[in-house]
Amino acid sequence: MFHSLGRYILLLRLSFRKPEKFSVYWDEIMREMVSIGIGSLGIIAIISVFIGAVAAIQVAFQLLSPYISKSVVGSISRDSTILEFSPTISALVLAGRVGSSIASQIGTMRVTEQIDALEIMGVNAPGYLIAPKIIAGLTMIPLLTITSVILGLSGGYIACAASRNIATADYVMGLQNGFNPVIVTVCAVKSIAFGFIITSVCSYFGFYTSGGSLEVGQSATKGVVFSCIWILFADLVISSLLL
Amino acid sequence: MIEIVDIYKTFGENAVLKGISANFKAGKNNLIIGSSGSGKTTLLKCIVGLHEPTKGEVYYDKENFTAMNFEGRVPIRKQIGMLFQNSALFDSMTVEQNIIFPLNLFTEMSKSEKLDRANFCLKRVNLEGKNKLFPSELSGGMKKRVGIARAISMQPKYLFVDEPNSGLDPKTAILIDELINEITEEFKTTTVVVTHDMNSVMGIGDNIIFLHNGEKWWEGSNHQIAHTDNKELNSFVFASKFMQAAREKL
Repeated sequence: MFHSLGRYILLLRLSFRKPEKFSVYWDEIMREMVSIGIGSLGIIAIISVFIGAVAAIQVAFQLLSPYISKSVVGSISRDSTILEFSPTISALVLAGRVGSSIASQIGTMRVTEQIDALEIMGVNAPGYLIAPKIIAGLTMIPLLTITSVILGLSGGYIACAASRNIATADYVMGLQNGFNPVIVTVCAVKSIAFGFIITSVCSYFGFYTSGGSLEVGQSATKGVVFSCIWILFADLVISSLLL
Repeated sequence: MIEIVDIYKTFGENAVLKGISANFKAGKNNLIIGSSGSGKTTLLKCIVGLHEPTKGEVYYDKENFTAMNFEGRVPIRKQIGMLFQNSALFDSMTVEQNIIFPLNLFTEMSKSEKLDRANFCLKRVNLEGKNKLFPSELSGGMKKRVGIARAISMQPKYLFVDEPNSGLDPKTAILIDELINEITEEFKTTTVVVTHDMNSVMGIGDNIIFLHNGEKWWEGSNHQIAHTDNKELNSFVFASKFMQAAREKL
């Protein structure tokens, strides 16, 4: 375990060496941002709307009584969406979608000697392949999380509109009541941390793939599994520290 | 010129290279031959720095490459071109982008100069007009030729070729050999070819090193190889009945 951790840290250090030519790296960062950001927008939109709607329905089912204000559905949906559902569930989905793609892409480059070809040319392969992905993850995953929050809360609104139990006005009032800005900070910190974990962990497993196509698949699986574990661990640590 | 001195390479308990020393001459085709598992590719990877030798040194024109760190090696690596066994073209790039890639990173050439250079390299390997194709749209022989075009795009001083004829039909294999030979003569490169193809050995082997079980067993030219009494080398070179018959006629 310590051997792997050491290799991971050394790989990250190599990834952030001074680039050979910034313009080439910039093009690569833009390409990765489009791939991670635009490429994941559809799946994030779908899961966010559904999770937001389900959260509102379940809160309503569990808490509504004559003694509790109906607007509480909006407040609890807002807090749970911003604090947990949007950053964490989005990150777990992105670990599958983006992480597996990163690990298999880099792993394939390794087994087909494309990474060797980069190194022979004098290119810092970790810098060229991994740094743009991490930078794209650090910028696009928080943006996807913001999108997820907006769509999740909209999903809750749609669920209320479709249900006879809660008025949409109560839901909107709940969204506005007792808002504590610290939950946005927690959400932002989580999404940045998760963005880093997904891109760096999956890049690590891809970069150290050896063998053939079977091992590329195994690297992608390991990348996703370890990313998910680290996301949940980071989720616990960030929540404990900031809340 | 490239000089390797007493190269050892072990992977765990497995000693793959056992004290190999050799000189690879400038402007010549230097072939490393041997049966599968003899350590040819491992030696090539030690020479270009993809593997670090367990012991021994590699000198590029008297400069100790083994003792250099990553940054120190970059100026030498800019003078290296390499054709990999599976061509190792970048899948996400077109043929033209593959050739231009090192120029983008290491030169200040204008866009039109880079395009001219890509077209020159493609013309040199007889692939004019294939600029916009992706590697997945190319045949095995075309991929090898694009690999060569990319390798010569930076006008290398040292050219390394790993199994250039693997997976190719005999006619295409001969074309690739001829192309390597022409490039070596035209650009005066120090060319190191790893192969077990006997057509290559007889056709372009100016200087041949035969490896057996990780040791240098024999060294000479393609003219000398037919008359050697080295038992291991003879059993490798003249393994086929066709080659045995050819030898009898020599």
